[in-house]
Amino acid sequence: MSDVLAVTEHRQGELRDVSFEVTTAGRQLADATGGELALAVIGGDVDAYAGQLDVEGVDAVYTVAEGDEFNHDVYTQAIEALADDLDPQYVVAPHTVNGLDYAPAVAQHLAVPLVTDVIEFDASGGLAVTRELYGGKTEAGIDVEGDRAMVTIRPGEWEPAGGDGDARVEAFDADIDDDAVRSTVSGFEAVGAGDVDISEAEVLVSVGRGIEEEDNLDIIFELADALDATVSASRPIVDNEWLPQDRQVGQSGKTVTPEVYIAIGISGAVQHVAGMKGSETIVAINNDPSAPIYDIADYGIVNDLFDVVPALTEQFQ
Amino acid sequence: MKILVTVTEIAEADDEFEIDGLSIDDRYLTYDLNEWDDYAIEEAVQVSEAGDDVEVVTATIGPERAEETIRQGLAKGADRAVRVWDDALADVDLLDSATKARLLAAVAREEEPDLILSGVQSADAAFAATGVAMAAELGYEWAAVVNQLDLDEDAGVANVHRELEGGVEELTAVELPAVFTIQTGINEPRYASLRGIRQAQSKPLDVMTPDELGVDRGESALALTSLEEPETESDATYFEGSVDETAAQLAELLHEKGVGA
Ligand SMILES: Cc1cc2nc3c(=O)[nH]c(=O)nc-3n(C[C@H](O)[C@H](O)[C@H](O)COP(=O)(O)OP(=O)(O)OC[C@H]3O[C@@H](n4cnc5c(N)ncnc54)[C@H](O)[C@@H]3O)c2cc1C
Ligand SMILES: Nc1ncnc2c1ncn2[C@@H]1O[C@H](COP(=O)(O)O)[C@@H](O)[C@H]1O
Repeated sequence: MSDVLAVTEHRQGELRDVSFEVTTAGRQLADATGGELALAVIGGDVDAYAGQLDVEGVDAVYTVAEGDEFNHDVYTQAIEALADDLDPQYVVAPHTVNGLDYAPAVAQHLAVPLVTDVIEFDASGGLAVTRELYGGKTEAGIDVEGDRAMVTIRPGEWEPAGGDGDARVEAFDADIDDDAVRSTVSGFEAVGAGDVDISEAEVLVSVGRGIEEEDNLDIIFELADALDATVSASRPIVDNEWLPQDRQVGQSGKTVTPEVYIAIGISGAVQHVAGMKGSETIVAINNDPSAPIYDIADYGIVNDLFDVVPALTEQFQ
Repeated sequence: MKILVTVTEIAEADDEFEIDGLSIDDRYLTYDLNEWDDYAIEEAVQVSEAGDDVEVVTATIGPERAEETIRQGLAKGADRAVRVWDDALADVDLLDSATKARLLAAVAREEEPDLILSGVQSADAAFAATGVAMAAELGYEWAAVVNQLDLDEDAGVANVHRELEGGVEELTAVELPAVFTIQTGINEPRYASLRGIRQAQSKPLDVMTPDELGVDRGESALALTSLEEPETESDATYFEGSVDETAAQLAELLHEKGVGA
């Protein structure tokens, strides 16, 4: 039971990058336990995926050819069947939207502890992990009790695995019970197509909940006008329908890489940062010095946006 | 029809705060209704307003302090609330999602709801796991990160949109009874009216211990060993001075980068 099982992810015909990150994390755990690293790839063109997943550090790839796209009832059954067979000490999954749709159920069925959204771990003696608490304002060290565990890892924290591997690829018959598949995926829908493509903008003035009210957006648009920039936003602004969905930056919105990203009244939640951390220069205007946005900002003004923004606009008039 | 909504009170750290051992010093914490649960309550109340004879019950694991927060749900239209607590729970530093799921599932077994709504995540612990773990515990079907929910009671299914990454939604039909973890933006949560706030005072709020629910509380599998402010990874340059001085410095930087030229 020293082995590690890592679950990969794909969508609409492509492996998602995070599959190679769980591979790295899984290898790290397997090195600590002295066991093998097995990957699971479930659904879709599993043979093609298995070929791509045969990277350095992988001992085995188990393919479960069942359905085309993600279905949590298939995933839970397949992972549980694999776990029964392989008896892994740790199961690693990505902390993605689909990860959160099966990992808690798998952990519950396998009766192993679950720790999610982990950013670091140490398995040299039992499992100790680091994860954030209080909206990213603190980092907690956590001991996971017991011999086994299921872990979901935060995307973007582990380097993707690469290189050539010599993994065994095995087709695994998970013996899926169709009666237990009680949800049906009928398709996908792209949202947020509009007339503004924030991912093309060179300068983004991005506004968050700190703006407080819809009417206050005026000062943001005035600044954007003065800077000849495009306005984007964090999620609450879009949830409130103050700006359309195509302006949302982040995990469930757009990924942007402008020359300059000015985050105004945005705390810097992980799902926001996922969409803008590749910006060339990041400026933050936030009156909370402990806001996580300052961890990735290049420049900051720790002050009230209602004072700073009009003053900045004035500099350009 | 009965809808159970799991509701948690979250702790938010002030701009400046101090850590005392394994928690943030209480003086620097503000407690509030979890944002995701606010959307879940609204979704349930909208279903109850659209149909006949729909009861909305909220369930919370939390200390007495949380009652003020729970009353917000009652003020917004939930009919009853259940709060689970005992002294042993108060001693746990970090309740893991499995323990929370087990306790909430015990409430669900008593209430036998047709539908359970939870939030995608709690803003403070952010496991994003309790709802799906509860579904597994109950043998209910589920869907995580739901941003559109249409019930078809006659067919016994709910048609939902799951919000995936990158502006893509998955369209899924889920058999009932089910647990849905609700994403922000699914609706527009109401503010409690004065009348609602007054009425909430007289709505039932029952307190149960794990014992009374007939569940073994179990031990949280997660033991907190340290809590720190993360060392900041970047070396951000902070502009200092008066508002105008900082604005001028930032403007100079932006000019250098060719912005607004
Ligand atoms: C599955 C999932 C997907 C998500 N996807 C996204 C996504 O794509 N994009 C996204 O943005 N979020 C996303 N989120 C939400 C994310 O977790 C945060 O809730 C959100 O990013 C917070 O937005 P915010 O920073 O604007 O608000 P808050 O976190 O509330 O921050 C507001 C900030 O404004 C500051 N502020 C307040 N008043 C002032 C003032 N007067 N002057 C200066 N500063 C002030 C405060 O100090 C605070 O830091 C997602 C969450 C989940 C669970
Ligand atoms: N203490 C609690 N009491 C009631 N519901 C909770 C509690 N903790 C979490 N939940 C529910 O589970 C959801 C996800 O929380 P978490 O798994 O902690 O991120 C929350 O949005 C709540 O609906």
